[in-house]
Amino acid sequence: MDVRDFARIQSRRAFFRTCGFGLETAALAHLLARDGRASVRTDPLAPKKPHFPPKAKNVIFMFMEGAPSQIDLFDPKPALEKMQGQALPESLTKQLKLAFIKKNAAVLASPRKFEHYGKCGMELSDYIPNLATVADDICLVRSMHTDAFNHHPGQLLLMTGSTQFGRPTFGAWTVYGLGSESENLPGFVVLSSGVGTSGGASNFMSGFLPSTYQGVMFRGSGDPILYLSNPEAVTKDRQRAALDTIRDLNQERLAETGDAEIAARINAYELAFRMQMAGPELLDFSKESQATLDMYGIGKKPMAPFATNCLLARRMVERGVRFVMLMHASWDQHTYLNRDLKKNCDITDQPTAALIKDLKQRGMLDDTLIIWGGEFGRTPMVEIRKTSDPENAGRDHHPLAYSMFLSGGGIQGGQVVGKTDELGFNITEDPIHVHDLQATLLKCLGFDHTRLTYHYMGRDFRLTDVAGNVVDKLLRA
Amino acid sequence: MRLTILGLVVAALACGAPVDFEHDVQPLFAKRCSGCHGAQQQMKGLRLDDRESAMKVIVPGNSAGSTLIVRVTSTKRGFAMPPIGAPLTEAEIANLRAWIDAGAKWPATAAKAVAPKHWSFLPVHRSPAPDVRYRAWIRNPIDAFVLAKLESENIEPSPEADRRTLLRRVSYDLTGLPPTPAEVDAFLADNRPDAYERTVDRLLASPHYGERWARHWLDLAHYADSDGYEKDRGRLWAWRYRQWVIDALNRDMPFDEFTIEQLAGDLLAHATVEQQVATGFLRNTLTNREAGVDRAEARFEQIINRTNTVSTTWLGLTVGCAQCHNHKFDPISHKDYYSMFAFFENAEEQNIDAPLPGEVRPYLEALPEYRAAREKLLAEYRIPEFEAQWEARLKQAYTNQGKDLEWDFQLTEFRAGYDGERKILTGDATNRSRREQDRLIDYFVDHIGPDFSKNKALAESLKSVREKLQALAAALPPYTQAPVMETDTSISQSHIHLGGDYKNVGDPVEPNTLAILPPLAGEQHDRLALARWLVSPSNPLTARVTVNRMWQEFFGIGLVRTSEDFGTQGEAPTHPELLDWLAAEFVDSGWSMKQMHRLIVTSAAYRQSSHARKELESRDPENRLIARQSRLRLPAELVRDAALSVSGLLNPEIGGRSVKPPQPKGVAELGYANSVKWVESKGADAYRRGLYIHYQRTTPYPLLSNFDAPDSNTTCTRRRRSNTPLQALNLLNDPVFFEAAQALARRVLLEDPQPQTRLDYAFELCLGRPPQARERERLSRYLDSERTAFLTDKKSAAAMLPFDIEGTTPDQRAAWVATSRVLLNLDEFITRE
Repeated sequence: MDVRDFARIQSRRAFFRTCGFGLETAALAHLLARDGRASVRTDPLAPKKPHFPPKAKNVIFMFMEGAPSQIDLFDPKPALEKMQGQALPESLTKQLKLAFIKKNAAVLASPRKFEHYGKCGMELSDYIPNLATVADDICLVRSMHTDAFNHHPGQLLLMTGSTQFGRPTFGAWTVYGLGSESENLPGFVVLSSGVGTSGGASNFMSGFLPSTYQGVMFRGSGDPILYLSNPEAVTKDRQRAALDTIRDLNQERLAETGDAEIAARINAYELAFRMQMAGPELLDFSKESQATLDMYGIGKKPMAPFATNCLLARRMVERGVRFVMLMHASWDQHTYLNRDLKKNCDITDQPTAALIKDLKQRGMLDDTLIIWGGEFGRTPMVEIRKTSDPENAGRDHHPLAYSMFLSGGGIQGGQVVGKTDELGFNITEDPIHVHDLQATLLKCLGFDHTRLTYHYMGRDFRLTDVAGNVVDKLLRA
Repeated sequence: MRLTILGLVVAALACGAPVDFEHDVQPLFAKRCSGCHGAQQQMKGLRLDDRESAMKVIVPGNSAGSTLIVRVTSTKRGFAMPPIGAPLTEAEIANLRAWIDAGAKWPATAAKAVAPKHWSFLPVHRSPAPDVRYRAWIRNPIDAFVLAKLESENIEPSPEADRRTLLRRVSYDLTGLPPTPAEVDAFLADNRPDAYERTVDRLLASPHYGERWARHWLDLAHYADSDGYEKDRGRLWAWRYRQWVIDALNRDMPFDEFTIEQLAGDLLAHATVEQQVATGFLRNTLTNREAGVDRAEARFEQIINRTNTVSTTWLGLTVGCAQCHNHKFDPISHKDYYSMFAFFENAEEQNIDAPLPGEVRPYLEALPEYRAAREKLLAEYRIPEFEAQWEARLKQAYTNQGKDLEWDFQLTEFRAGYDGERKILTGDATNRSRREQDRLIDYFVDHIGPDFSKNKALAESLKSVREKLQALAAALPPYTQAPVMETDTSISQSHIHLGGDYKNVGDPVEPNTLAILPPLAGEQHDRLALARWLVSPSNPLTARVTVNRMWQEFFGIGLVRTSEDFGTQGEAPTHPELLDWLAAEFVDSGWSMKQMHRLIVTSAAYRQSSHARKELESRDPENRLIARQSRLRLPAELVRDAALSVSGLLNPEIGGRSVKPPQPKGVAELGYANSVKWVESKGADAYRRGLYIHYQRTTPYPLLSNFDAPDSNTTCTRRRRSNTPLQALNLLNDPVFFEAAQALARRVLLEDPQPQTRLDYAFELCLGRPPQARERERLSRYLDSERTAFLTDKKSAAAMLPFDIEGTTPDQRAAWVATSRVLLNLDEFITRE
């Protein structure tokens, strides 16, 4: 370091001093940049423009973990009644791989009643009467298919486009591509009610993307974000005084070393503090009308935790959170199908419909892409683990044909896409692979899925791996 | 667009330089086309390294009518060539057109285009240290290489860091712990010219050295304490492998032995228990116990993982691409991949008795009584008889699937949950080992099956047996086991799996190394031969890849940035001669890792100041020229270690089982169906170093994920360093760190009775240096204002530090906790310097 450099550093430090302690970090970064310290990195979460004008700005992925039974909810198959108790024809099951049951398992017709709903006349089951009231706002896909027939690989494929570990999840890709609009909440938030999922954290990890893009878990009890509350004895004022001191000392060090990472650290601490302030406001439902609370079922059993998460999802999107993943587990009804499927529907049906209605009445549905579904579907055949108990009947995993629904940003509601054969076994019209779904969702967000890439291990990776075609039928013209 | 192309063609024609096949066309084919249309692979039967074949897509004299041109100029996805990477440039296309229009001359004399061998596949070449002008700077040959490059760019190296910085840097790098004030004082007082080298030797001899470098190796091995996947069952004995790594590093086991024992310790003549334990490297593969999983597929996935992990760790190659097809960029064929895969085909998982010192005698003494009691209990409840019935029924369900739904389910569960299920179902019960028989009995007692379940009275009595057996086992003195690999000679032939599909079996393959690299010696092609080949002098990759990772740990970025990929898509080395010199030195030193670490940390390059240099920021923003050192944030585990260490809470015990520090409710509960139980460690175990934290794959400990520890599902050669608000919240509010702040306050108040020097003492404990005047002033202002605040808020004051320290007041204690908390949150605190 020569004398001139030294003098310059001294004068810059003097400048920081005279500026006092209220110097905004943005201003600081600007100052450093102007001063020739161009390596002050830009914020990795700064909002970014996608490839073309997006239809949706935010995503709410309602991940129904464990595989909801499409045959009992979305895809009526009266023909099964004729075959009740018989095995499927061998031609269908020849190549079949099943998780638990054998190829000769008997057909189980659905005891559910299906009716036509909405102007579009969408057929839905009696277990989801509330969802039926928004039939004209949703696009029901009856022709989803996937490659994996066990939970964890299936979930990895749905979330990351690959059954291999280590890839970023859809939420991470979204925030990587679009940045975050929120100044005081994370860009990618995960909400969970009930039990954990098979995939655990791998459903919202950032994989090889920087961990900046991983989903931040919002928790149902205790701190909504891990470590959001101060230690018991530290009041808000004391926290602010501590943060001011930390910032000032970090600034001293920044002036001394010129390391831009310190500026980033100062920013991170300020964002942390804003999160601490924003968290309670986010969770405070006191300004919501009673009608809104009732519509979601806040405080009502058995749906309360899920209803709270649905309302939180709306409030987060309102506050600029880019991607909300709302998980409910588990729909893995190998046994006691009627009882446990009903239990899941009683929890999720009303709040889900309320979320769609609420977003719509606030004019937010057009900007918000909603995805509802799981990693695969369930077999038309029965699974029985206890022969003595007739109520024990359930269904095994079925990756060949299953249902999901979409709503909002860029999606054409009030339609059913795709058909399955009369047994619900294979797709007969418009097959949509998980990769096709991902390509379509990215399109809604303004991305060409082949160009949203990240270079790693010697090649460009993308959410849709090496496949995926946009399904125009799902999109609003 | 058309105008531009026209313009270029015109320009080319105007230049009048005829397009030359060997100069302009053949290299383009070799670079962009022959990955799929070349010697290794001929997609659609086309190869562009062969004239006759190439003419299928070329019409001489008519470029517009040539399929080749149609495809490379198309913009239609799925049709345009090349399908991956950037499209050909306009100049490249113009050359192709001009060459075709001029008759597509392909001289018979043109050699088959052989792309020059990629740099990393060439033998290591040890160059002499280059001559430099500023010789006084040179401390060892590393510096000559670094300086030569700097001088060629007219850049001076940075001055040496001050001694305090240097000590803190090298202490973290070699032991992962900050220097104590006494160590700082001793170092500052040591006037001998080799004081630094002596310190380095002291640190290399510290048992914490093994902990620091074990964690780096465990990233490669992707160590964890649970199975992964949905069930994510705990792995009780996984830590034995971690312990082995720590011990091996502390003993400076030469890297060639280190390699051989981990990949094939079980195959060494008269293998010791420790040598078998080393093969735990291969046991960090995930185990999918979801009941519906096809066992053959799960096993296939495990072998794939082992193949990929070994290839990345030792060869720095992303062979995984060749699992499904020939590698698109590197000369690794589909067959090559399964030849590597074949080395691991007959490796089976096994748990062995691996008692710790002192365990054998008490165990053996207690064993006869235990066995007698167990046999008596089993006989009393007719367990062997029931088990035999159950087993027969299970085998029947196995050979006769789809006949009985309940037994089908019982079988599925057994196959997913019982290690070695295949041998039980297909093997002969008479030659079963006692251990195996015991394990099966235990399994049966836990899963009595549908027939016995229906008999309520019997089911109840079996339940009481279960409890009694558990009580007997709990009373037996501990006898530690270890997860290892062994060879199953009944598995012999390997095959190519087409498209990477376990069911799609192609041609048979023999175990072999990659064709691009020197051949395997000897007749016996097994894991041992592979391990020996990896560290043989003829293999150029292992030494290069290993020293590069060392460099990466000491400087932040490797000489080859892509430490996971030394293939053609990886980055070329910034200092190729230095990389090769280090690689050669590593081998010549007898593969001593400690010696290499010593060499690097005693270089002038390593000892430079890390202060940013304004004049280099646009020229070398990432410091690839090494004109200075880098400030590096500590890895996740060391962030914890730093806080525990300066506060005096750290339990410095080396090795042993994993621990579970306090973790908020709701973290473990995210595991599948609430099956993950996080039982907090008590007493001194709660204060062990970060690398001993139990790693639960589906619900990792929050600090580890927040600070970029890898997810442990696949190998990780380099960690990222993110900078996020969650890290801030973690350090500010995690009870573990708050407790550290309390302990630090207590320590300062107890150890330094002088109020006027306490601040300096606390600062020095945390940062290894006294505060500068302005820092002291700011902290002292904070300390005073906190005291004032706590004087009026007695309740908070009491909660900040709920116990008395003689000669102090509650407000003073509280203010000290607050100040300690600030120190533990400084950027500098979680940074190497």
